[in-house]
Amino acid sequence: MLNIAKIRAQFPALHQEVHGHPLVYLDNGATTQKPQAVIDAIQQYYAEQNSNIHRGVHYLSQLATDAYEASRTCIQKHLNAQHSHEIIFTRGITEAINLVAHGFRSVLKIGDEIIVSTIEHHSNIVPWQMACDATGAKLQIIPMDENGALKMDAFHALLSEKTKLVAVNHISNALGTINPIKEMIDAAHQVGAAILIDGAQAAPHLSIDVQELDADFYCISGHKMYAPTGIGALYGKEKWLNKIPPYQGGGEMIATVSFEETTYADLPHKFEAGTPNIAGGVAFKTAIDWLNEIGLENIAQYESKLLQYASERLSEIDGFRLIGNAPQKAGVISFMINDLHPYDIGMILDKLGIAVRTGHHCAQPVMDAFCIPGTVRASLAIYNTKDDVDRLVEGVKKAKSMLS
Amino acid sequence: MASIQDIQNDIIEEFDMFEEWMEKYEHIIELGKTLPLIDAQYKKEEHIIKGCQSQVWLHAEFQNGNVIYTADSDAIMTKGIIALLVRTFSNQQPSKIVNANTDFIDQIGLKEQLSPTRANGLLSMVKQMKLYALAFQSKNTNAC
Ligand SMILES: Cc1ncc(COP(=O)(O)O)c(C=O)c1O
Repeated sequence: MLNIAKIRAQFPALHQEVHGHPLVYLDNGATTQKPQAVIDAIQQYYAEQNSNIHRGVHYLSQLATDAYEASRTCIQKHLNAQHSHEIIFTRGITEAINLVAHGFRSVLKIGDEIIVSTIEHHSNIVPWQMACDATGAKLQIIPMDENGALKMDAFHALLSEKTKLVAVNHISNALGTINPIKEMIDAAHQVGAAILIDGAQAAPHLSIDVQELDADFYCISGHKMYAPTGIGALYGKEKWLNKIPPYQGGGEMIATVSFEETTYADLPHKFEAGTPNIAGGVAFKTAIDWLNEIGLENIAQYESKLLQYASERLSEIDGFRLIGNAPQKAGVISFMINDLHPYDIGMILDKLGIAVRTGHHCAQPVMDAFCIPGTVRASLAIYNTKDDVDRLVEGVKKAKSMLS
Repeated sequence: MASIQDIQNDIIEEFDMFEEWMEKYEHIIELGKTLPLIDAQYKKEEHIIKGCQSQVWLHAEFQNGNVIYTADSDAIMTKGIIALLVRTFSNQQPSKIVNANTDFIDQIGLKEQLSPTRANGLLSMVKQMKLYALAFQSKNTNAC
């Protein structure tokens, strides 16, 4: 059994009052709070190790480089990648996807196709639209059913030798749907396509093994898994990372530079131009170690029970409409109350000290498909409790009575 | 017709009665419900002001030297604030509208409603109201 009170105690930001009420933080899908260990790691990095990496011969530079590279190795192990140079540090998921989408411009030709799904975050749609615009490739969309699960028949029917890449999320941030990514990866490979998995919402809740999955690209974002903002990682199979060109040019990513010719550095540095978020990278390791100490299995089990509890409690409310009821779900409960506008509900919840997300969650096509302006989304983390859920339920009831 | 300043002072006084945020919100919600809806013919794409969270429709007409605004929103809280803005700006002369401010929203404790981070379309709506006023103003002077 996890001691949630003890875990909760490690998060300073959770222990504050908002509008006169103890904070209930249920916006973890947007970003999680940070445990003291992670906050300390940032502070310690700047107080004791700060220096630029991969450049200096001096002591501090070596310390900083070692700490940063230790984080890369930690992520490699965490995702079970074969090589540490298959881990590219990025700002987050958005940059990771843009990196790949930009690189694929050199692969794509007129008539090629890229497949994404209806339930993607905008960051897994727009970069592909841009790549299609630049190359004449075509974007194909996997539809969803009324529960918010992907229509797998339609997916299989879309795949063809024209498909060059499939980009889907592991778990949808708007609905919580867990997609059958293993099946999708295998099917994409059957037609010779590469596949990118957006793991933004999966990495905080599930353990991921990129070799077992056989994913070509898998993206994670630090700030959604208890690490700082501005740091994330792209896992890419070595063969793909060697094949696609660099995303940004600059320092760090070169082997030699002259005005006649510049040659690029080896992996992973080829994709890491400029001075990165070193402190964030270092603290990313702290967050992953912290997660692993609790154990992702334990986390998944606890959160899934809490999600169940939240669904049950919320459905007691007259007019509750669950948006997204896929058979496999994690982390997120998205809903409406009758036809009340999510923004109105969110504003009243805020006054009651309850933080949720309202709106389209950067997934407008999903809301359009459900013909709604958006949802109220409560998203869970390991520090949430039944008490948080009870406060949410009370808050929603209050909002409903004020607004109806 | 009372001046914009007078109307705003009235609103401030009206809100002074409420001590709790909840009463204030309830009042806003009531105002939202009573807002005269925009004529259906104007509830179209070209009159929409898109916020990330809620959206606003705004229409303006020039009648007897005054600007008449009608507006609507899909969110009731946004609509309530619109009701206040329409009450202060509608049926006033363009030059008065162009020079007016919206400090009264701060003073009634609803500053966050007009904050750019709320993305509810209200800030853009105020801007749009003024642009309409400006347009009518220049049209008016040209005509003279
Ligand atoms: C599914 C999904 N993909 C991508 C992103 C964007 O991630 P980042 O903030 O790391 O760029 C998010 C964050 O909201 C997300 O939930």
